[in-house]
This record gives sequence, C-alpha cells and structure tokens, in this order.
Amino acid sequence: MPHYLMSVWHDEEYVVDFTTPEMQRIGPQVGAFNEELERAGAWVFGAGLQPASSATVLRPATTGVSMTDGPYAETKEQMGGFWIIEVPDFDTALDWAQRASNACEGPVELRPMQDEG
Amino acid sequence: MSDDLARIYQREVGRCTATLIRVLGSVDLAEEAVAEAFAIAAERWPATGIPPNPGGWITTTARNRVIDRLRRESSRKGRHLAASRLRGDDMEPDDDSRDLDVLDDFVDVVADDQLRLMFLCCHPALAPDAQVALTLRLLGGLEVPEIARAFLVEEAAIAQRLVRAKRKLRDNHASYEVPRAAQLPDRLHVVLNAIALIFTEGHTASSGGELVRTDLSSEAIRRARVLVELMPDEPEAVGLLALMLLTDARRPARLSPDGSMVRLADQDRTRWDRALIADGHALVRACLVRNQPGPFQVQAAIAAVHADATADATDWSQIVALYDQLYALQPNPVVAVNRSVAVAELHDPAAALADLDALDSERLDAYQPYHATRADLLARAGRRADAVAAYDRAIALTTNPVERRFLTDQRDRARSART
Repeated sequence: MPHYLMSVWHDEEYVVDFTTPEMQRIGPQVGAFNEELERAGAWVFGAGLQPASSATVLRPATTGVSMTDGPYAETKEQMGGFWIIEVPDFDTALDWAQRASNACEGPVELRPMQDEG
Repeated sequence: MSDDLARIYQREVGRCTATLIRVLGSVDLAEEAVAEAFAIAAERWPATGIPPNPGGWITTTARNRVIDRLRRESSRKGRHLAASRLRGDDMEPDDDSRDLDVLDDFVDVVADDQLRLMFLCCHPALAPDAQVALTLRLLGGLEVPEIARAFLVEEAAIAQRLVRAKRKLRDNHASYEVPRAAQLPDRLHVVLNAIALIFTEGHTASSGGELVRTDLSSEAIRRARVLVELMPDEPEAVGLLALMLLTDARRPARLSPDGSMVRLADQDRTRWDRALIADGHALVRACLVRNQPGPFQVQAAIAAVHADATADATDWSQIVALYDQLYALQPNPVVAVNRSVAVAELHDPAAALADLDALDSERLDAYQPYHATRADLLARAGRRADAVAAYDRAIALTTNPVERRFLTDQRDRARSART
C-alpha cells in the first residue's frame, strides 16, 4: 500500500511549551487523531520536532563533511512535526491530511513517498 | 468521411480513453493507444466504411495494439517497464500471461468509466487550470496546440501543465473510481466548476480577437450532457447544463453584423436559438420539480426568465427574487453585482447604485464586471463624470478586444453627452 508523508508547518520559529492554553487544546486533539490513525491501521510513524534552530546541516565536501548550525532552508516556515501513513489511495490520504490539519490547527503538507524498488 | 471521422472522434474519444485507462492502468498508455487507433481508422474506414459501433472498434483496436506491443517488448529487455504499467502492486513482476488476461477481460465498456475520468481530471488536488487542461485533453480529445490556442497560452506551458498534472495523480496513487458517497457532493462541485470555467472561457474569450470561442462552449456542453446522462439524479449537474444551453441560445444575437458586442437589453431576440431555449426550459422545470435548489439551478432559472421574455416585458421582480435566493446560497459580491443590474430595472439606477456602494469596493476593485456595471448605472443616473471614470477602470481590466471596443464606445457616449 502507498505511503505518504504528512508534515505540519509553522509560519515562524516556535517554542515547545505544552503549558500554553493553545497547546493544552491542541495536544489532546492530536492525541485523539493519533489514536484514530492507529485504529484504522493507517499509522506508520509520527512525531513532533524540536524547533528548527536546533537543526544541523551536513554536506559532503572534498575534505570530509562540512557541518553548519541551523536549518537547511533559511525560511520563516518550518516543519514542526510529521506522520508517515499507509493507506490505499490518494483520497484516503487527503482525508487523513484534512483531519490532521484540523487537529493541529495549522497547514499540513501531504506528499507521496517513492514506491519501493 | 473526414467530417464523419471528426464527429465520431468528438463523440467517442473521451469514452474510449476512459475505458482504456481503466484497463491499462495508465493515462499515458491509454492516450497513445487511442491516438494510434484513430490513425488506423482514418486510414481504413474510407475503404471499409464506418463500423456499426465505431467506439467499440476504436477501443478494441487500441487494446490490440497494446497487446501487440507487449508481446514484442516481452522478448526484449524493456518489457518490465511496459508490463509493470499494466499491473497492480500485488501482481508478480514476471507473470506476463496475467497481463494479457487482464486485457482480454475488458471488452465491455463501462458507462462509469467516463465518470471516473471526469473525477480524475477534476481532482481537487489539482489547480483549476490543470483540471481544465486535463479535461479538454483526455475527455474532449483536444490536442495540446488546440488547448494552447483556446487559452492563448504557449504550447509548451500547456504540455508541461498536462505532464505535471498526470504525474501528480500517478505519484499520489489517485484511484480511478467514482468518489464515495460522502465525498461525492464536494467532488462533483469541482467537476461542475471546471466545466463552467471551460464554458465561460468559450462564451467570453478572455483573449484573442473573437468574443466567443464556440469550440470551448460546445465542449463544455458536451461534458455536461454526458454528466447528466450518467448522473441524472444530481440536480446541480442538470442546472449547469440548463444554464449553459440557455446562455448559448443567445449567442447568435450577441454580435452585430459588424462584429461588435450587443448587450442583453438590445439583442434581437428573434435570433435566439429556440431549440436550445426549449431544452434549457425543460431542464429547469425538471429541477424545480425536484426542489433541491443549488447555485447553478438558480442561475439557470434566471436565464430561463430572460429567455421567456421580450426586453420590455422581462419579469424583473422574479429575477431580483432569484438573485436573492442565489445570494443566500452563495453570499459573494459577484452575485450582488449581477443582482444590482436587475434592481436597476425593477426600481431605478440610483437604487442599484446604492446597493453597489454598500459592497466592499476594495475587494471588487479588480473585478471587471463591477466597474462595467457601475459605469452603466452611473451613466443612466446622469452622473456622467463618475461614469467615465468607472468606464476607464473597466476598460483597463478588459482583455477581450470586442468587449473593450464596446466599453470604449459607451464611455465616449457618456463623455460627449456631458458636453
């Protein structure tokens, strides 16, 4: 069955703070959504990410691998978390992505994964 | 013969492509095979005559060509590529006899195929311009240069739009099915909007030298007819078809002999196409009986009231009431602008202007009909200087040269009446 990446996006740098009223609301919504995914057998993996400022970029270089501090894309918009789901088709994936977007109250990008071999 | 062939192509190409996509599991392969089969038909039919079931002939011939190609390729290294396109994920990669079984099973043409293809072309994950291009290409059988000409876009841009759309659908494993009941209303809405977009582009071509592009309008009407035939219980599909027929009926009167535009009030109504109006009326009546109103049905009802009347005897109170109903279903300023035209007739231009002034003018600033309507109302209310300014704004926003000439004439008239 096809796999899809559902990523959650933030318009700017965020802080992980579960005590804010917003997170108090969104946390349980996402929890319930995760349970639904699992019940439906669509769950493969999912996780929230620390802010993009915690990222490190590595590049192949002639003298080994170079390392730079910070995210690869220096844009305001940053990925805040993601799921990998396994579903029969595009419309089912779009269904889940809609619900994901509602649960985390933000934009969600849906992208198909390359077929295996 | 070539006329017959063109007619058969127009009628059958979408149906054949739709069935072959289901059988072959590949849009590209189906497209190629159908093109090849029609080329063979063009060669053979002049000698053999047209077969009794031309669509069936084309589909079978296209299928046979693919089988031939598979057999040829199965002896070569490239077979995995072609064969894998015919297979579901669960099939063993080396069992090519199964490919041929799948093909041999198919001969019956499923009416649903065309619906599947319409929903695929108008997938909501595609941009509207991609939906339109894909619909015209796969269902209407228009070639890339024809689509490019119709929208005055570079051929390469259309080709790329098509390639991208097809690749997106393929990479995302879009299913070739009529949407489930829960999704159907939303999905159907997208299909209807794409058809309406094709019709509108044909009705007032946004560019190019002509006011109308009949090929696009006819193609939109053809699509809607198929949709109504296959989904007779969807009143909005019927409503859209009725709306397009009633609008298209006025086409012969929209241009004067010198090629300039004639507005509704000044049209020679004896030139309206009575047969189309009768068809449209029958469909509107069928919608009324069903009593599940939607935006396309209400717009069709408005067009039906216009089609019924002479210019002086139009039932404007009914039209305003219908616009109120439309606004309740679709509360947007575009509907409000159209409603104001009817209000001006029912009451006076000043009342209509008051309605227009209540709208969010900033949001409507780039909407050409807002300025054109306002200019006309201002001129009729005797506010000539304001009218000229509004005409200038409308002209700046008009891309169709025939319409621009019309508006320029109106502006000059408003200006000279002042002095």
